[in-house]
Amino acid sequence: MPVLTVALVAMWLALNDTVAPGQVLLGIVLAMVLTWWAARLRPLRPRLRRLQLGFGLLAVVFVDIVRSNLAVGRIILGLVGRRRVRTDFLDIPLDLQDAHGLAVLAMIVTSTPGTVWVGLATDRRTLTLHILDLDDEQKWVRIIKDRYERPLIDIFQP
Amino acid sequence: MTGIESPWVAVPVVLLLVAGGLLTLVGSLGLVRLPSFQARMHGVSMGSTLGLGCIIIASVVVSSAMAQRFVPHALLITVFVVITAPATAIMLMRASLYRARAKSAAGRGAETEG
Repeated sequence: MPVLTVALVAMWLALNDTVAPGQVLLGIVLAMVLTWWAARLRPLRPRLRRLQLGFGLLAVVFVDIVRSNLAVGRIILGLVGRRRVRTDFLDIPLDLQDAHGLAVLAMIVTSTPGTVWVGLATDRRTLTLHILDLDDEQKWVRIIKDRYERPLIDIFQP
Repeated sequence: MTGIESPWVAVPVVLLLVAGGLLTLVGSLGLVRLPSFQARMHGVSMGSTLGLGCIIIASVVVSSAMAQRFVPHALLITVFVVITAPATAIMLMRASLYRARAKSAAGRGAETEG
């Protein structure tokens, strides 16, 4: 819980672009009130086990954002040669069950062009994605599972 | 030599802005060139990811150069966009699926009746 408070204070100070004592105090008060209020709205709390793994994941996602932007741009401009681009839905078996981990996975999938989150089965066992360039289903399943899901399980699940 | 007139600031800023603009332009071109609604969603997200990222970094560099200190608050835009984008993307995708399903059900209904 203090993680959220600290993050909100940092965000408040960055937004106001200041470290004046008055703003620091106001930020702390706001962050504490908002955190307390949000906790009452949604009692489910994330358990961050190994947050340091997040940095590696962040780097992986950054590389993938750049790569997928270039790949999607190439498809839009028709620079893929004679290859036919197959756009389709893909079901991925999911082991990640933590709600916060799934939320982060949704952010990653949305932030990389070429993949859009379609839906999660009600038992959280199957994730459906829409993929612009579905050349090899197994390749895409491995990308999601190895590159994103594995670190997220390590971070969020015991 | 200070501020944004310095080539050490101006050149990277211009490159970043041109790259961001081109990425957003190509992504928006996808609205015309891609065949289906679902496919077009992929194009538009180019502008809100790497395209936006380039422009935000350019903005941070310019404001830092002008203020003569590190001014990172534009980076918060990334945080807000990354956190909120999935909600709209998932809603749009589900709405399009719902419509496709409703349309095909109506089509089938008309076939069996007619």
